Amino acid sequence: MTFYELFQEYNWEQVQNSIYAKTAVDVETALRKTKKTIEDFKALISPAAKPFLEQIASESHHVTQKRFGKTIQLYVPLYLSNECTNSCVYCGFRHENETTRLTLEKDQVLKEIEVIKKMGYEHILIVTGEHPRKNGFNYLKEMLKIIQPHFAQVSMEVAPMNTDEYKALVDDGLHSVYIYQETYHQDRYPNYHPRGKKANMQYRLETADRLGKAGIRKIGLGCLLGLEDWRTDSFFTALHLSYLEKKWWRTKYSISFPRIRPFAGSYSPNYEVTDADLLQLICAYRLFNEEVEIALSTREQPLFRDNMMQLGVTSMSAGSKTQPGGYAEESMELEQFEVSDNRSSHQIANMIKNKGYEVVWKDWDECLQR
Amino acid sequence: MKPLIIAGKEFTSRLFTGTGKFSDNQLMADAILASGSELVTVALKRVDLHDSSDDLLLHLKHPQLNLLPNTSGVRNAKEAIFAAQLAREALGTNWVKLEIHPDPKYLLADGEETLAATRELVKDGFIVLPYIQADPVLCKKLEDAGAAAVMPLGSPIGSNQGLQTRDFLRIIIEQSNVPVVVDAGIGAPSHAAEALELGADAVLVNTAIAVAENPVMMARAFKIAVEAGRMAFEARLAPRGLKAEASSPFTAFLNEIGG
Repeated sequence: MTFYELFQEYNWEQVQNSIYAKTAVDVETALRKTKKTIEDFKALISPAAKPFLEQIASESHHVTQKRFGKTIQLYVPLYLSNECTNSCVYCGFRHENETTRLTLEKDQVLKEIEVIKKMGYEHILIVTGEHPRKNGFNYLKEMLKIIQPHFAQVSMEVAPMNTDEYKALVDDGLHSVYIYQETYHQDRYPNYHPRGKKANMQYRLETADRLGKAGIRKIGLGCLLGLEDWRTDSFFTALHLSYLEKKWWRTKYSISFPRIRPFAGSYSPNYEVTDADLLQLICAYRLFNEEVEIALSTREQPLFRDNMMQLGVTSMSAGSKTQPGGYAEESMELEQFEVSDNRSSHQIANMIKNKGYEVVWKDWDECLQR
Repeated sequence: MKPLIIAGKEFTSRLFTGTGKFSDNQLMADAILASGSELVTVALKRVDLHDSSDDLLLHLKHPQLNLLPNTSGVRNAKEAIFAAQLAREALGTNWVKLEIHPDPKYLLADGEETLAATRELVKDGFIVLPYIQADPVLCKKLEDAGAAAVMPLGSPIGSNQGLQTRDFLRIIIEQSNVPVVVDAGIGAPSHAAEALELGADAVLVNTAIAVAENPVMMARAFKIAVEAGRMAFEARLAPRGLKAEASSPFTAFLNEIGG
């Protein structure tokens, strides 16, 4: 059985209605429990939990410190290619966008690595669009061999692959893969992903199962907040997480919260997710799952990030460039999305220290993976 | 109080400490020194083995402190053995805290793989301190395999739940010929004192000190609690559960029948 089969047992509208029907009593009951169930999670993300935000945030703060201590991990994305055959309506890399397309070659990647290493990073996230010929498995395997020796931990956020391909990359030192479902709304998914390989929702939904089977160390999940009702989408992400933790129990999990921000000229969200909503969501995840890693990217503004790092978040990116080659050479026209927090890695590190937290640059070593 | 001896090395302090989760490395060093601890465990994943100026390691350079590298992050014996060998080479110590937890959620140890790795590492000249479930039979097998001590958990790592495995720890302590170090789950000085009162030879504490509002003061509190617990053990605690004697004892009739 894969998650797809479990997923078929659920109905979007029913789930949505049950979340919005939660009451203050449900929230209070959830808060009293030491171990929260997925029904409790529904209560904690429901509108009924809004008056309890302070209490939820406080508990999230304490529970996170118990597990992760007073530490924040830092990572940085490395965009290798913006070539893409998909047509995701919300993405700057979509096929139809007339922009300069670029896939970095070996010497360009080495230049990027040089700059990134100077920024202090040991954890790197490789990002590409989906173009099987230009930036598919063979390209990534080759690039991994170049990149891996320079970093303690290498992750990827790239097009889904098959189990054997993942196995080969794991053998070459790939530590984690982030695979976002974007939305779990089965009827609406095709509207956002009309063409390209990503149009196959089932294949994407089963990606985490293939990763688990391939023995990956860590899987990152998430949905794109703003496409559909965030509460319902987050319920399905939590369901997915719980399923995976039981099935692929040797793997670690991480949750991310990419939120579509309304920018001039870019895709505007169908459903607004306010800062208070996102705070509620992050803290609800922490109360529901004390062990899951929670990442917050530079899509979010400085003031929000500086406060959320104490309320459940365990890893952050900083100084990110979202265009291929962007570290060695400044060029704004190829960005996937606009970065809202432009502070450098050192500024972020100082901010973290000033908040009384330790910056963790390195939390893995290749010697543990041979 | 009697000193603790592990693999021929004498320790005055029976409090071992961890180095993770602190808000900065200086505070970590201050807290560890305040705890009196002489053995500190360091996660290989957190340090740069190829860099002699690694900040965490620099902060642990002190005559009081001995390093105990741990293999946290490995999932099986093969990976653990490789990591231990690399640590020995880079850090210049043959001591290793063997941590093999294939389950990254609760970080529970894999007994089977731990036993296999212990056998290999002991043959290779390592001083092996394995972190394991509070499993008395496994502890005896590890002892037979040459482990220098056993490190059963009190409760899951970082849970601060205290000695939930109390009954099994009692059996392990009773049966062990090597030192028993209660590792994981000790969330308060009272938990540490209890472990020592039970007869554990030492405890390892990390989260409870690192995450405290005042880690240095908490480290001192643990130092005192561990000493108190050990002292109570050596002074022999009075048996618990003394009840008032029954006013008409059950065996009084023996006097009546002259028996």
